[in-house]
Amino acid sequence: MLSIKNIHANIGDKEILKGINLEVKAGEVHAIMGPNGSGKTTLSSVIAGRDTFEVTEGTISLNGEAIDDLAPEERAHKGIFMSFQYPIAIPGVTVTNFIKSAINAKRKAQGLDDMPAGEMLKMIREKADLLGMDRSFLSRSLNDGFSGGEKKRNEIFQMAMLEPSLAILDETDSGLDIDALKTVANGVNKLRNKDNAVIVITHYQRLLEYIVPDYVHVLSDGKIIKTGGKELALELEAKGYEWIK
Amino acid sequence: MSKKYTENELEIDLKDKEYEYGFYTDIESDKFPIGLDEDVVRAISKKKNEPKWMTDWRLKAFRIWQKMEEPDWANVNYVKPDFQAISYYAAPKQKKQLDSLDDVDPELLKTFEKLGISIEEQKKLSGVAMDIVIDSVSVATTFKKTLNEKGILFCPISEAIEKYPDLVQKYIGSVVPRTDNFYAALNSAVFSDGSFCYIPKGVRCPVELSTYFRINEGGTGQFERTLLIADKGAYVSYLEGCTAPQRDENQLHAAVVEIVVHDNAEIKYSTVQNWYPGDKDGLGGVYNFVTKRAIAYDNAKISWTQVETGSAVTWKYPSCILKGDNSIGEFFSIAVTNMHQQADTGTKMIHLGNNTKSTIISKGVSAGFSQNSYRGLVRVGKNAKNARNFSQCDSLLMGNDCGAHTFPYIEVKNASAQIEHEATTSKIGEDQLFYCNQRGLDTEKAIALIVNGFSKEVLNKLPMEFAVEAQKLLEISLEGSVG
Repeated sequence: MLSIKNIHANIGDKEILKGINLEVKAGEVHAIMGPNGSGKTTLSSVIAGRDTFEVTEGTISLNGEAIDDLAPEERAHKGIFMSFQYPIAIPGVTVTNFIKSAINAKRKAQGLDDMPAGEMLKMIREKADLLGMDRSFLSRSLNDGFSGGEKKRNEIFQMAMLEPSLAILDETDSGLDIDALKTVANGVNKLRNKDNAVIVITHYQRLLEYIVPDYVHVLSDGKIIKTGGKELALELEAKGYEWIK
Repeated sequence: MSKKYTENELEIDLKDKEYEYGFYTDIESDKFPIGLDEDVVRAISKKKNEPKWMTDWRLKAFRIWQKMEEPDWANVNYVKPDFQAISYYAAPKQKKQLDSLDDVDPELLKTFEKLGISIEEQKKLSGVAMDIVIDSVSVATTFKKTLNEKGILFCPISEAIEKYPDLVQKYIGSVVPRTDNFYAALNSAVFSDGSFCYIPKGVRCPVELSTYFRINEGGTGQFERTLLIADKGAYVSYLEGCTAPQRDENQLHAAVVEIVVHDNAEIKYSTVQNWYPGDKDGLGGVYNFVTKRAIAYDNAKISWTQVETGSAVTWKYPSCILKGDNSIGEFFSIAVTNMHQQADTGTKMIHLGNNTKSTIISKGVSAGFSQNSYRGLVRVGKNAKNARNFSQCDSLLMGNDCGAHTFPYIEVKNASAQIEHEATTSKIGEDQLFYCNQRGLDTEKAIALIVNGFSKEVLNKLPMEFAVEAQKLLEISLEGSVG
């Protein structure tokens, strides 16, 4: 599915990622943990193709195809989805209108016609129900005045609608109370199948109780310094990051 | 990473955006030599077979204009036009009035097709009656019959001067007097043509009345004059929209629109303005110096809705004089400036009657090297009890080379007034674009989505057909050739 080989990335003159290697196979859940400033968000941004980061070395491929030269929207069309730590507001554009535009952009890239309105509506209702979202939520302006929980739930709603093959959840647990966390995790679990994969980026072990990873990677100073199973997360929680250094 | 698209590149693309409708119709024109004096004013009047009162009215305006100075308080910079280097009259050499499209010059029809304004389609679509003004003289008028049955008068103002002199004489200059300002005085002296509309007492106009104006002759100033009157209890929705051909010299456009809304009547006036904005270096483009004003009597309502995307320099403040008790004035505006465009636009709400209400929603989008200013006045007279105003001015910036400015003026002379003003400024940021990109939307589509969302409150006020067109225009005005 996703193959990251020796990725180095800078912001300005500063090197943030210093040789990341990661293999994610279909059906797997990978957790990436690490202290603040270790490069977690940079890694997710680089996978998504954000150009504020300059990739100086290495290559990323998706399903055997190098995606290094693809724009963020092209990567999205190929099935990469990133749930943002801080989702952006677009006043005046409804949740429904935004997701409709996103789905049809993806379909267009795949040579398909726009999704028929009836089908779209059915899907929107289905996925909104899955995430326990109120219908009235769908006609609100995107992330405009949303609470932290609403924003994250909306991210997972978009993920459900776009059915990505690779979902990166960047600090999805931050700002969520326990009930919202469970709803979001439950939504993610229902969307998992043998053909897609999830990368969970988090500070804490808490989310991993609900989205159980197959692998846990510890990121420190731009490198993966340890990889283990789900028990590694518990150990980190107990002993702190200093233990591993 | 070749396909990546930064904010800087976005700015470059926006700067490169060329005028979509850059073409002009090759029609022989009947044109005056350049320059302006009393003889030219007389000649214009004579050319149009006007009665003596009209000629005298023009001459008086000309004398007023001669004593006036061009205003320079607006937040715009431009080379002042040489008023002696402009020809003040151009009419297509096509003298007779036409009853059917078959009689219209095929070149003209082609132009309309290029603009996507097929008259045939327009006719079929939801009954839009059109009074098409090419340069200075109307060449086609449709739907006259339907309107006639209701007693609605809708015709070129030159025709109204001939056929309905009492109405014209009563109302012309009653809302915008000749002494009002420099451009209004000039327009009063030399106005070429424009539209006249009168809705009789208690009549609801069954169709949206629509006029398309175009500037067509290089170097010809165009001076439309529009006069709309809704008699007691009448209603009309009026649409005005335009595009202009590409030119490398400045074109002066100084229109006057006067609106009279009698007791219990309502007028909705919607404009989509897309005059040629000049090239990417700021050369050429239309100077748009317009005076638009409405007066509302008891329980009357006037709504101005405007989508402004064109012109090199815009100076325009559609205003409402709320003279009657319980009268309502509304102003909804989207002004988009790109490249080197400059816009100084807004409104004036003059509260004179009791319990008068006004609403101002102004949205400015600035890109490129453009400057976009909102200038608005809310004035409450000392006898106007319980006046209420709500103003909201939002600015959206793209890139670092453009500017957005807000100049609100509030003058309240009655303590019972309630005035609210809100203003916001935001910027389309890299984070917003990346968020959209990550969801599969390319940058062009993302900008269109963001700008449409920003403008929604105003777009929603436009009649359906116009809203779709306006939305397209916003996208065209801001998109570059993103590859």
